[in-house]
Parts: sequence; structure tokens; C-alpha cells
Amino acid sequence: MVKEGQQGNRIPSGCAVSAVFQKDGRRRNGEDIIRSIGLMHERSNGLGGGFAAYGIYPEYKELYALHVFYEGEKSKERCEEFIYQNFEVHSLSKIPTRKISQITDEPHIWRYFVEPFRRRLYESQIRDEEFVSRFVIKVNTEIEGAYIFSSGKNMGVFKAVGYPEDVGEFYRLEDYKAYCWTAHGRYPTNTPGWWGGAHPFALLDRSVVHNGEISSYDANRRTIEMYGYKCTLLTDTEVITYIFDYLVRRKGLSYEEVAKVIAAPFWSTIDEQEEAEKAELSYLRNMFSGLLVTGPFSIIVGFSGGILALNDRLKLRSMVVAEKGSAVYIASEESAIRLIEPELDKVWAPLGGEPVLFTLEGGAR
Amino acid sequence: MGIHYLYPDYEVLRNFDRCIACRVCERQCANDVHEYSVDIKKMAADDTKCVNCHRCVALCPTRALKIVKTDHAFKENSNWSAETIQEIYRQADTGGVLLSSMGNPRPLPVYWDKMLIGASQVTNPPIDPLREPMETKTYLGQKSTKIRRDKNGKILCDCAPQLELATPILFSAMSYGSISYNAHESLARAAQALGIYYNTGEGGLHSDFYQYGSNTIVQVASGRFGVHKDYLNAGAAIEIKMGQGAKPGIGGHLPGAKIVGDVSMTRMIPEGSDAISPAPHHDIYSIEDLRQLVLSLKKATNHQKPVSVKIAAVHNVAAIASGIARSGADIIVIDGFRGGTGAAPTRIRDTVGIPIELALAAVDQRLRDEGIRNNVSLVVGGSIRNSADALKAILLGADAVYIATSALLALGCHLCRSCHSGKCNWGIATQRPELAKRLNPNTGYQRLCNLVHAWTHEIKEMMGGMGVGSIEAARGNRLMLRGIGLTDKELEILGIRHAGE
Repeated sequence: MVKEGQQGNRIPSGCAVSAVFQKDGRRRNGEDIIRSIGLMHERSNGLGGGFAAYGIYPEYKELYALHVFYEGEKSKERCEEFIYQNFEVHSLSKIPTRKISQITDEPHIWRYFVEPFRRRLYESQIRDEEFVSRFVIKVNTEIEGAYIFSSGKNMGVFKAVGYPEDVGEFYRLEDYKAYCWTAHGRYPTNTPGWWGGAHPFALLDRSVVHNGEISSYDANRRTIEMYGYKCTLLTDTEVITYIFDYLVRRKGLSYEEVAKVIAAPFWSTIDEQEEAEKAELSYLRNMFSGLLVTGPFSIIVGFSGGILALNDRLKLRSMVVAEKGSAVYIASEESAIRLIEPELDKVWAPLGGEPVLFTLEGGAR
Repeated sequence: MGIHYLYPDYEVLRNFDRCIACRVCERQCANDVHEYSVDIKKMAADDTKCVNCHRCVALCPTRALKIVKTDHAFKENSNWSAETIQEIYRQADTGGVLLSSMGNPRPLPVYWDKMLIGASQVTNPPIDPLREPMETKTYLGQKSTKIRRDKNGKILCDCAPQLELATPILFSAMSYGSISYNAHESLARAAQALGIYYNTGEGGLHSDFYQYGSNTIVQVASGRFGVHKDYLNAGAAIEIKMGQGAKPGIGGHLPGAKIVGDVSMTRMIPEGSDAISPAPHHDIYSIEDLRQLVLSLKKATNHQKPVSVKIAAVHNVAAIASGIARSGADIIVIDGFRGGTGAAPTRIRDTVGIPIELALAAVDQRLRDEGIRNNVSLVVGGSIRNSADALKAILLGADAVYIATSALLALGCHLCRSCHSGKCNWGIATQRPELAKRLNPNTGYQRLCNLVHAWTHEIKEMMGGMGVGSIEAARGNRLMLRGIGLTDKELEILGIRHAGE
């Protein structure tokens, strides 16, 4: 079978998403999020599950944590050689996993805490984030059998082919403590059987979990590829992650402003706004028109110090947000929240196109 | 008669049981085909003069007339077709260049017909345009992706001038002179009512139509007919015509017979003089010269209006477009080889240039490869025949489409391809007052509005089927297209996959 993304093979999927975020920065282990996403078992089909966790590597928080899948020794050798050419490697190890019967055919899964060589940055005249993102894209497109699936600081992605609750058990997520967890269960309409295709999808510290199938896909892909990105998986999540990376990191837009681009209000709504708001909405929608995302999506974007939830403009996918004290819960279904926190202060379903943003009190740490 | 006699292509068939000799056909035909014969008290017809425009057929009150293709034939020959043989007779007769009108009629591939549009099933929902918003509003102009903020952090929203279109369709350039005053009035009023634009073509702008300026694109062609400062400032945008799909490499031709009265005044040339535009702009022999004209026109209009550059689809169109996208122009218009014309040398019309589908796909991809697609909007024309063609163009990567032949058909044109004669029985491609008045602009503008409304409605239905709620999410969305019966090379150029893949 042709692997996801190869020879133009694009696999649409349905999904479940869930997230827990502590505004006060308190860290909890992975047990709650596993139970939450596990409740929505029926929304996945065992062909992909994964998690992103923020604040898990405080001892290495100044270093980029690269999580890498290798199909064999050869790809590992090639990739490591490339890593050593570009980075000072402070630590490396296999990512600890637990053998369980539900998860099979695992690749070699390695983790590197790295820092780009000053000399390399100076030669290329770019910031370290740009350097790392280009490195990741290069490895993923050019080194066969190697795939960097996590590349942020003080965060990590854990994903596999399987049901998400099994994936959580496999990666021993009870051993990690994070102030923000996002989770994804996948229902691809095909059997790719490839671990890289599971979600979350991440670039640097920004990770995306997504439920939906966007109809604007190729328009978005062909636009974002103008700016140096290369979509290799041909999934919605991949292109949405790149769009966020481009607009937030490279264009300096806030997350609320990004929502005005990718889930721009209808022109009829824009026309109703007062002048300044109307001008800004029109400007963003028109200037970045190739990045408007249509069709159903509910996405949760994790990043250092915050989390964003966003639905498509027509709200064609379910998504519920809840708060209890300083904890924030976001999930495809309310039941997935009630399971881990039955008593909530506030529960609501955000409107289509309405961004819901939470950040750590006192900023990222 | 004799060696140069050509048996007519079409025969006028009259059912004498129905004919009441009312002589409507006789009065309606500017080609003098019909005549009442007093001797026999019957109508007679001279088939040799018939251009098959259907005016008499459409107006015959008793439906007594029809025009049929003749069965008169040369001896069958796959190599020497009747048309080829007759063209040789005609040229041996006159020593002249063969002239034709309207678009290339030859059976060359129509790629629109070899592309199919996608739709949603199960995994994502189709959207019902009757119940949900379905947006076709389009802006044409340079898109800047630079974000600049004021000292309070507010985004500065100043961008290059933009054209706002309620739907991604514009009426393409047809000069006043090549078509009638009433045709222009119909186009101008329809553009205004529809929230789109029409294009003056290269014959200047009649003073009566300055009132529609906010929906007008004024054209500057190599002949510079009718170009002056007020004209440049009268429209919403300026188009530099470098070429035309029907006749790449040569300029516009308007026979002196059509340069009468207001046409002469609007063009600023004497009555009766042929208006032959030079093949090149004599101030543009290179891409850097083009840049100077673009900037001069912007200067002349205080940088308030977008400037578009129209080129014919030729072999190296992608490279040319890449140059234009760096010239300061806001819009690139590409005109395919099936585009219409009021008059063109037949050989050029039929054999020079390439299909718009391939040109568009190549240009859009090239501009994206170079990261400069946002520098310009892309408008294509050259035989957009229906809403599906228009949507396919947008899916391939166009921002909007130009239509002209379709617009003329809406006004009553029957595609008899005799515009160059100046005797259009439908009042469109003529300056004879008695013919021009047959086109009532009140009706004409309404029919154009109907056509564009109908297409827009159909585009929305197809967008809804794909689950695409806004036209910008359809632009360049090539995964929504599949080829049918195309070779790998054709698919590669179009950037689409084959049906079933």
C-alpha cells in the first residue's frame, strides 16, 4: 500500500480531540487525558492516536527536544550524522515505552535534546527557530525512513498507530507531568499503518490536533508551499500547522488574528462591523485569502504557554469548552470532559469561527 | 461565376405553405439575402449572401424559414477539405489575407471538457447554498503579506488598490467601434448592476459612459486610440493590452467602415480611416519597458488604480507572466487561443497560441514556484463558455474569468463569425444606425445580468457540492479537479490527477 502522502495519496479522516490546560501552570500526569480521549473510543478506529504535552522537560527547557521515528538502523545513522553536523547534542536516549499487545510494529523511537551550533546559525543568518524548522522539514522530506515528529522546547509529541488510550499506555504517559495536554484519536478512511501519519502534528513547539476534513486543502497547501514549507503527509493537520507557524512565528500575528485569517468571518458579517474592525478583517481576509480554511474542522493548537481552540465558520464539527477553577477542558464531546471533572464552573460550545484562547497566568514558563 | 464561384455553405429553406410574404426577412437582412419577387409574388433568397446569422429565422412570424448546411460537396478527401480548397480559390482570386471573426472554430482539444469537478460524500458535508452563506466575492490586486503595525500594535490596513467583484466574472475587452453603442451601454449597465467590471477595449470610452466608470476597466493598447488623462482616470482600473488570444503577435484591426461619427471622435482618429494598431507597443520592446509604462500609468492616476497587463497565451507564457508579476502590474490577464475577435487573419486565429487551460496551469504554478503569486491576480479568458468552465479555471488557479463571446451570445449574437463585415443583423458588431438600434440596451443589460446571475448560482451549487463556502478556498484547489482521457504529460502540465486516482 502506498504510504500516506506518497504519490499524492491523501487520506481523509474523522477524529476525536481532547485537551486539558492549567492556567496556573500546575502540572498533571497523563492519566486524565488518556481517560478523556479513551471515552471517545468510537470516534477513532485504531489507526492513529497521539498526545502533545507541554512543560514535560523542565530540566532541558532551553533545548530543542527532537522525537524521531526510524524505520531501521540505516536511516538512524544517516539522520544522526545530519543531527551531529548541525547541533550540539546534550542528551539522547530511546523514548521509554511499554510493550503491550495492542501496539505493534513500532519503529525505533529516539529522543535528542539539542542546541543548534552557533556557527551554523551565524553562517545561515537565520534565527534558531527558523534553523530548526528548516532542519526538520529537510530530514522529513529527504532522509528516507527517518521522521522527526516533535521538535519544540520543553514539550513533546507521542503518537502511534493504535487507539489513543493504548498509545498513552505504550508511551508511559503517566510518567510525564504537563501543564497542557492535547490528545487525538484518528478515524482515517484508509489503512496507512504509518506512525508518522498519526496526530498531533507539530513543528517547533506548536502542535495541532484536528477533527475534520477541510475542503480548501489544496488551495491552502499550494499557498503555504510558496513560503518554503513542503507538505509531505498531505493531511489537513500538517497544512494547518504550517499555516499557524507561518502566520504566528513568521508574520507575527496573534492567535486571535490568525483566526481572522483561517476562519475569517463571512463578508456579510464583516460589513456589519464598525469601521476599524471592518478594515482589519477585510485586510486580513483579502491579503491572506489563500489561507482561508473551509469545510469542517475543530482544532486545538498547543504552544508554549497557551492553547487555542477553533471551529470552522459553519461549526460543522462538535467542540465543547469547560472551566473548573484554573483548569480548562476542551473536547469533541462534553462527556469526555465530565468523565475527568464532573463538577464544572462553566461549559459552552464556542461559535463557529470564534477562537477560544487560554494562556498561562504570568506568561510562558 | 466561373472558377471563383463558390457554392454557398448554407442554404435558405423556405416553406412556402407557411410563408405569407410579409417581407420581414427582407427588411431584417443586412446582407440582402431575401427579396420579394413581384413577378411570381413570392419571396426569393440568394444563398450566396447568407452568413447563417439566424436573424430572419428568429423573426419569421410563421416559422417558414430555416438555414441548413449544404450537401453540395467536393469529392471526399481527408487531406483537402472543402474549406481548404475554397480558401485557396478565394486567395487565388484576391491575393489577400483571409479574414475571420470570433474564436478559433477548429476541432482542437478543449481541456475544460476533459476535467471533472469533485464533490463531498460522507467524510465531509456538502453545503447547501440555499441555506448557508456561499461567497463569491473576489478582490483583484496585489496582496501584500507584510504585516505592519502602528505604535499601538494595530495592523496597518493600507494595501495596493483592489478591484472588488461580487462574482469572479468580468466582461472582456470589446472596443466601441468593433461593437455598437448599445452593446457598450448594455455591458456597462450590467457591470454596474452586477457589481463587476466591463472593459472598454482599445477604442476609448464614449463620454456618455463615464458615469459607469467605477465599473469600467479602461484599456491602453498599442494604437493608443482614445487614450488621454481623463480617460485613464475615468475607470476603476487600467489594462495594458499587449496581446489577444485570437491574434497573438499582431495588433487590433478595425475597418474604416466602422469608424464613423462618435466612434471616430472617441478614438480620436478621422472618420473612415482604418484603425490598425501596431503589433507591438512602440514604447515597449522589452519587459523593462513594460515596467515603465505600468509605472507611468500609475503615476498618471496617482497610484489609485490597479494596472493589469493582458497577454495572449503563447508558448513561453509562464516566463512572460513571471516577468510581468515583477513589473509592478497588479493583474495579469491571459487570453487563450480560442478567444474571440472582431477581425483577425484566419491563419493566425487558427494556428497561433495555446489553449488557456494549459497556459493558466503553467502560469499559476510558475508564479507559485517563484513565490510571487501574491504579487498579482490572475484573470483568464479565451472561451469561457459556461459556469463550469469558469469554476474549473478558478480551481486551476485563476482569480477570475473574463467573458466576451458568452456575453455577446447573451445579447443575441448567433456566432455567424461575420463581425468584420460590419453588417451584424443583431445590432452588436455594427455601426449602422438602423442595425445598431435593434439591440435595446434595456433588454441587453437585463439579459447580461441574467446570464451572470445564472452562472453565479451554478458556481455556488458546485462550490457547495465540494463543501467550499468561499470562492478563495476554491482558487488553485486543484485536488478538486480530475482529468479524463488525458495523457500523463497533459495531467502534469495541468497539475491534476486522473479520474479514479
